[in-house]
Parts: sequence; C-alpha cells; structure tokens
Amino acid sequence: MNDAVDYYIEGDPVADTKAPAGPIDKKWSERQFTARLVNPSNRRKMTVIIVGTGLAGGAGAASLGEAGYNVLNFCYQDSPRRAHSIAAQGGINAAKNYRNDNDSVYRLFYDTVKGGDYRARETNVHRLAEVSANIIDQCVAQGVPFAREYGGLLDNRSFGGVQVQRTFYARGQTGQQLLIGAYQALERQVAAGTVKMHTRHEMLELIVADGRARGIVTRNMVNGKIETWYADAVVLATGGYGNLFFLSTNAMGCNVTANWRAHRKGAYFANPCYTQIHPTCIPVHGDTQSKLTLMSESLRNDGRIWVPKKAEDCDKDPRQIAEEDRDYYLERIYPAFGNLVPRDIASRQAKNMCDEGRGVGPAVTEVGQDGVERQVRRGVYLDFADAISRLGKDGVAARYGNLFDMYLQITGEDPYELPMRIYPAVHYTMGGLWVDYDLQSSIPGLYVAGEANFSDHGANRLGASALMQGLADGYFVLPNTVNDYLADAPFEKIDDSHPAAQEALASVKGRIDKLLSIKGTRTVDSYHKELGQIMWEYCGMERTAEGLKKAIGLIRDLKAEYWENVLVTGVNEDFNQSLERAGRVADFFELGELMCIDALHRRESCGGHFRAESQTEDGEALRHDDEFLYVAAWEFGSGGKPVLHKESLIYESIELKQRSYK
Amino acid sequence: MNITLRIWRQPNAEAQGRMVTYQVADVSPDMSFLEMLDMLNEDLTVKGEEPVAFDHDCREGICGMCGVVINGVAHGPSVTTTCQLHMRSFSDGAVIDVEPWRAEPFPVIKDLVVDRTAFDRIIQAGGYISAPTGTAPDAHAAPIAKKNADRAFDAATCIGCGACVAACPNGSAMLFTSAKIVHLAMLPQGQPERHLRVKGMIAQHEAEGFGNCTNIGECAAVCPKQIPLDVISQMNRDLISSLFKRDGK
Repeated sequence: MNDAVDYYIEGDPVADTKAPAGPIDKKWSERQFTARLVNPSNRRKMTVIIVGTGLAGGAGAASLGEAGYNVLNFCYQDSPRRAHSIAAQGGINAAKNYRNDNDSVYRLFYDTVKGGDYRARETNVHRLAEVSANIIDQCVAQGVPFAREYGGLLDNRSFGGVQVQRTFYARGQTGQQLLIGAYQALERQVAAGTVKMHTRHEMLELIVADGRARGIVTRNMVNGKIETWYADAVVLATGGYGNLFFLSTNAMGCNVTANWRAHRKGAYFANPCYTQIHPTCIPVHGDTQSKLTLMSESLRNDGRIWVPKKAEDCDKDPRQIAEEDRDYYLERIYPAFGNLVPRDIASRQAKNMCDEGRGVGPAVTEVGQDGVERQVRRGVYLDFADAISRLGKDGVAARYGNLFDMYLQITGEDPYELPMRIYPAVHYTMGGLWVDYDLQSSIPGLYVAGEANFSDHGANRLGASALMQGLADGYFVLPNTVNDYLADAPFEKIDDSHPAAQEALASVKGRIDKLLSIKGTRTVDSYHKELGQIMWEYCGMERTAEGLKKAIGLIRDLKAEYWENVLVTGVNEDFNQSLERAGRVADFFELGELMCIDALHRRESCGGHFRAESQTEDGEALRHDDEFLYVAAWEFGSGGKPVLHKESLIYESIELKQRSYK
Repeated sequence: MNITLRIWRQPNAEAQGRMVTYQVADVSPDMSFLEMLDMLNEDLTVKGEEPVAFDHDCREGICGMCGVVINGVAHGPSVTTTCQLHMRSFSDGAVIDVEPWRAEPFPVIKDLVVDRTAFDRIIQAGGYISAPTGTAPDAHAAPIAKKNADRAFDAATCIGCGACVAACPNGSAMLFTSAKIVHLAMLPQGQPERHLRVKGMIAQHEAEGFGNCTNIGECAAVCPKQIPLDVISQMNRDLISSLFKRDGK
C-alpha cells in the first residue's frame, strides 16, 4: 500500500520531454538542426542571466558570451573561481577509446544508465556521452594540464561501475583544473564586455512575469542592497543540495535557495530523494565538525577496502591483523568489479560492516531509531600496502600525493604507514529541478544546468560523471538550445513597476525582516545540525516507511520552532553571514520535507535510494519497474501538499535489467 | 584545550579596526582552525554579540576563499590553507593573533574579510588561452612532453588565495601572476598569446597597486600549494623577451 498517499496529490503526467523522434544516436544532431536560430547581430540585443559560476554556469556564461549574448553572471563567492566544482578530485569521463579497450559512445551511455539503476532519461544521457569527447578537446585547447604519459599523450584511469579506462585526470585536482579553464574563458569574456560578473551576490527570488522567467532578485552580500535584474532568459547553475544534511562534502555555502525559490514559482523539482552517499570520506571526528572531506574514488583503483573478520580485532593496530583475518568484503561479494563497484553499493556495504560490529576507528555513541544508545565504530580501512609494494612509495605519491597529504593534515595519521580510515558521507544530489531535453524547466525561459538539474544520473551517479555533465551542459547543450527559446526574444521590457517584480521584491524583504525580527534563543547552525541529523538517520543510506513518516513530523516541528525561535544577529544593510545562512536553512527545511515525501512514495530501492522493505535475498537494491519506472516531478503545492507529475521513463535502446556487479 | 584569541575587528571598510581578545574553551586538537572560529561565533551569537566575519567555503584546501594571518604568518604555522590547519598545531593555553590579509589592493570589507577582485582583473588582462567553445582540435593533436605538462600543472595548482601578497613585504602578487603566466607558457596552446599575456598581466598587476618583486621569497614560503619561486624568474625572462616583440601592443 502507498504510505505516502496522505502527503501529496497526484497530478497529470508530464506530457512531453521535447526530445526529437528518431534513432537515439541521431536525436542530438536532429535537435541542433531543428532548434531555431538567433542571428548574431540580434544576439547582442538579448540578455541572459546565469546564476552560478561552476563548471555548468562558468562554461555556459563563457560560451553564451562568445556567441554574442549579453550575459549577467552571479555567484555568492568573492570570485567565480571558488565555485564548488573546484573541489572535484578524481577525473572526468569521455568516450575517447584512447585505451583501445572497447569503449564507445554507446558504452559510456550504457554504463551511465546502468550505473543510475535505470532511472535516468535515455535521450539526455546519450547526448552526454556524445559530447563527452568534445569536452576533453575543449579543455586541452584551453590549457587544462591533464596528466600525460612520457610519450606526451593523455593518461587515463578507471572509476567505479565501469570496466574500461576512460577517466581523464589532473592528479587529484581535476575539478580545480577544469574549473580554472572555464573561469579563464569566462574572464576573457568579462574583459571583452560580453559578460558582466556580479560576485558576492546571492539570488533570493525568481521573477516570473507573464508566464516567462524574466529576472531575479539578489542581495548584495557586502552591503545588503536588494536589487532586481532582468533578462530574456534565466539559467540556474546553482549546484546540488547535499548541504541540507549539514555534514557533507559540499562547500559550506552550497545551498538550494535559488532552486527552491524557482520551485515555489512553478519549476518542478524531480527525484529529490536521490542522494549520493560517497563511500570514501574521512570519518566524523566529533560533534563540532563542520564538514566532511572526500578521499577521491580514484583511490579505489589501487587501494583495497577491508574490515577485520572478527569484531574483537577492531581496536587492534591494523598492521598486526594477519592477512587471513581480514575481510576484503567488496572483492569477496563482487568479484567482477571488486573495489570498483558503484558508489551506492560500496557505501551501503561499509554501513553493513559497521552495523555488524566490524567497523574500525574510535567508537562513537549513537542513538538508533529505536531510541537505544549504543557504541559503534564508523570506519573501514582503505589500504595501500599492496600498491606501495607494487609501485613503490614514489609511484603511489605520483598518483595520489595530494590526497595522502590532505589525509595526513586532517587526521594526523600517515596513510603511507597506516591504512586510511574511511566512511560514507553525503556528496552529490542526483535530484534537482526538472528539465526537458533542452534543459528548460517547467517555467518557460528558465533553464537549469549541471548538478542543479536532475537529468542525467538517474538514482546513482557514476564517478567522474559530474564534471562531464557540468561541462556538457555549459559548453555544448545550452548554447545549442537556449537559442530556440530566444528566437522569440527580445521580450517586452519590464522594470520594478511590474507586479511580478513588486511581488518578488516584497517577498525577499519580508523574509529578511522576519528572520531578523524573531530574535530567539537558538543559532541557525544548531537548527541546521538538527535537521541534518534527522535526514541522515531517516533519509540517508537506508530508508523505511516508518522512519520517513517520523522524519516528516520531526522536520515540520523543527521548522515551526525555527520560525519562532531562531536567533539571527545584526542587520540587513551589512556583511551579515548569520543572515545569509538563516535564509538558506529556512529553504532546506522545506526541501527536506519534500525529500522524505519523495522517498516515502517510492516504495522500491534503486541506486542511492534504498528502502529496507525492498531488497533481494542478498540485500541488494530491488527495483519495481512495473510501478516506479518514472521520474517523480513535484510541483509546489500552494495548499501544503506537493503535486506529483510522473514522467514515464522509456527505454528503447537499453534493456531493463536488475543491476549486477558480481 | 583553552585558547586565547586576539582578533582584528573592523565593522566595515571605512571604520577603524582594533584587536579584540576572546577566550575559547574546550577546543579539541582534531578541530580545524575554522571550526574553532565557528565555536567562538556560536558563543558570541548566543550572547547577542556580532560574530566574527571570515571568508571560507570548501574547507578542503582547494577553493582559495579562506585565509587569515595567524600569529603574523599567512595561513598560520603549517604550510596549508587556513581551513586545513588543525588545532593540534597549537598547544593548550596558546595566545593566537588573527588578522586579515594586509595589502593596499586587498581592502578590508569586514573583520577578516578582504576584497580580492584585483586577482580576477589580472586574469582578465590575459590569463587565458583564446579557444572559443567548439573550435578545439582533437586532444591528442599536440602531444606535450610530460616534464612540460608537469611543470604547467605545478604552476596551475595556484588557488588564488592571496597568501603570497599578504606575506610579501612589498605587497607583491608576482607569485600569483607568474604562476598563471608559466602555466600557460609551458603549453603549445599558450604560445600564440604568450608575449601579449605577460605584458598585459604585468601591466594590470602594477595598475592594481601591487608592489614589485625583490626576490625575498616569503610568498613561496607560505604558499599552500607550494608554487615554486622560480616561476617569477621564468616570467621575467618571458617579460624581457616580449618587450622586443612587435605585436601591436
């Protein structure tokens, strides 16, 4: 039975994703041909707002600027180069087949759909695989210093969920190098005058006038000035919402506000419960921790994951535990993929080992869903002893040096001597604003790119695919689709006197005034932490109907308390970090509730969404394609209940199968 | 651990700043420096006082947003970013001075937050390769010797935090500027604009009011990404040869 039925209303299905007809490998070229064009001399009469300067936003702003549009680009950081794409470590996939190992566009497409547990939209994923090779070419032309071999050609490595080597990388700093490439292209356009950059500006509202996205309201984070900006189209490239969990690998400023404000204005939010918990992060050390640090998945190329076979060995020095007393559990359970199984599987197995009492590291007190306190060790070993004896310490340092240094810096333990201790942490959100084939949301003129949209990763993202998607959307998709919409532009000029602008301005000012006037007794962070704990416990790696219903109640109570009792210091007309966070956490409450409702209504397990009620005898995720082969696109329900629109997933090029990595 | 902090408080760009003393108790050695500041801010907030403003974002040492001067040293006692500095680097009872980057081209916005947009303008003056989207040849069209690619990478790891400027007695941004010039000069794709780039970026560096380099080396000593000092000498060679090129600028 559907436990969620009281929490939402079912609306009409999504009629059309606007992908062209025809064979899958011809759809993108067909769309590029049928999309209406804007004559270069008309482009300079049109303005496009882009919010975000990461891989999708930065690449999109640079490319649309090059095309000749007037671009207004915004970010909350002090420079576009800080966007959180910069923290991506391991690499970027591309179907180049430089390794001569049977790779192809079709295989990258297939691996991505399978990795996403058959919950991604075929047409978009195929396009992603098609443009992947162009991304590498583009980045090399910009001067991105990818790793090379002695012959001068590009090096590759493997990532989880695949059996070919198609990942390009720049040591453990691939995201940094790709972002700096996009940033430099962007600054070139700033110098050319096509892009106007507004740093330390946070988008707080979308302006939808006469049925079209026409502008945004921002707060200048230095002096509190509330401003409106108008354009012919708006692009949100504002990243994911993993920071809702408080502890995550996201940057401290990552938030859902831009997307949530758009959602409240009519943009559907798709698959919010699909969250990626990354298996290899440095474990939590204490309750004052502010964020979790990822250790790149690339480490699983050479590191072996294990826990002791016997619980009594868990507090021993790992070097003293004999080989036969170690359980290399991923190699044991999944012999074909071993340590390189997809992230959702590796994470859940780590949790299982620790739940069984075979975790390592310091024991921490946990209160279970049953309310009972217990001591649990939350960590597993990621061991490089074999790799060091095979490649030498220098060989390992050349591949992963910066990651090993980072680990030492954070934990005080030397991973060349002792195995790393790792545990899963919230890392990426596959869900996001719903978009069609053109990356247009359900609001005309509002486009969504990169992690902010839902489109390419289904219920689980494969490693090295986020960078690929961000750059694909920014460099190659948006510049070939936005023009179709802008062919009807420029639209009638509007200004602050338009009722839609008035309404948006009043809403922003009202919220800020309200947050500042509560003057309660609890800090914003204390609420954020509590919300994060609720989400981690009930909507994290394992979800149950009972737990999710409980979480919805807890979130509603906490949200109500927040609006009565939060303490925000200072005034609006100042640099005020406490106010910035207060607005973001307010939106996280609303999204958290929707995530739980989405998770509750999807009574199957798929990818990162694991419902304890739906598993195979071996404890693997069990999908129910008969009932849930759809994208859940949620419309904001003004009456308090969200409205579900189902987009059926149609698999024409790939046969639906139960995923197996054994 | 119990820590005494003396922090630069300055309400805004125009106001006079001053050092203010705070006590933080129960600090764990496993906390990061910024988590210790979070603790202080939570405490100040509950007491109804204004929390200390500081820039930070990724907290994993790569975005370059954080950075304060700790006991007179940019990013503090270990060669890393402020966010990666952990309290185990200090002893119980320590007195720690915390100040913003101090350089004329980096005006203070509030407390420990400074304006570093001068760095973006230096990049706009030529810190790129003109390769419009869609025009690129195959990635393997131009092989690059590993040693050159590695040198380019070492220079390209700069995170633009500004510690080099804060450490330099001359307030020079030559390490930052030269790192970009060398990154792009080591690659075949960077050659066509090589001379224009070095002239444009160095002119902008001067226009922003950064001082010149007198080979002191404080910059490289505090650089969290350990950009080598010799990028500056390599830039100087490029600059000299570019002055003899006729390229219209």
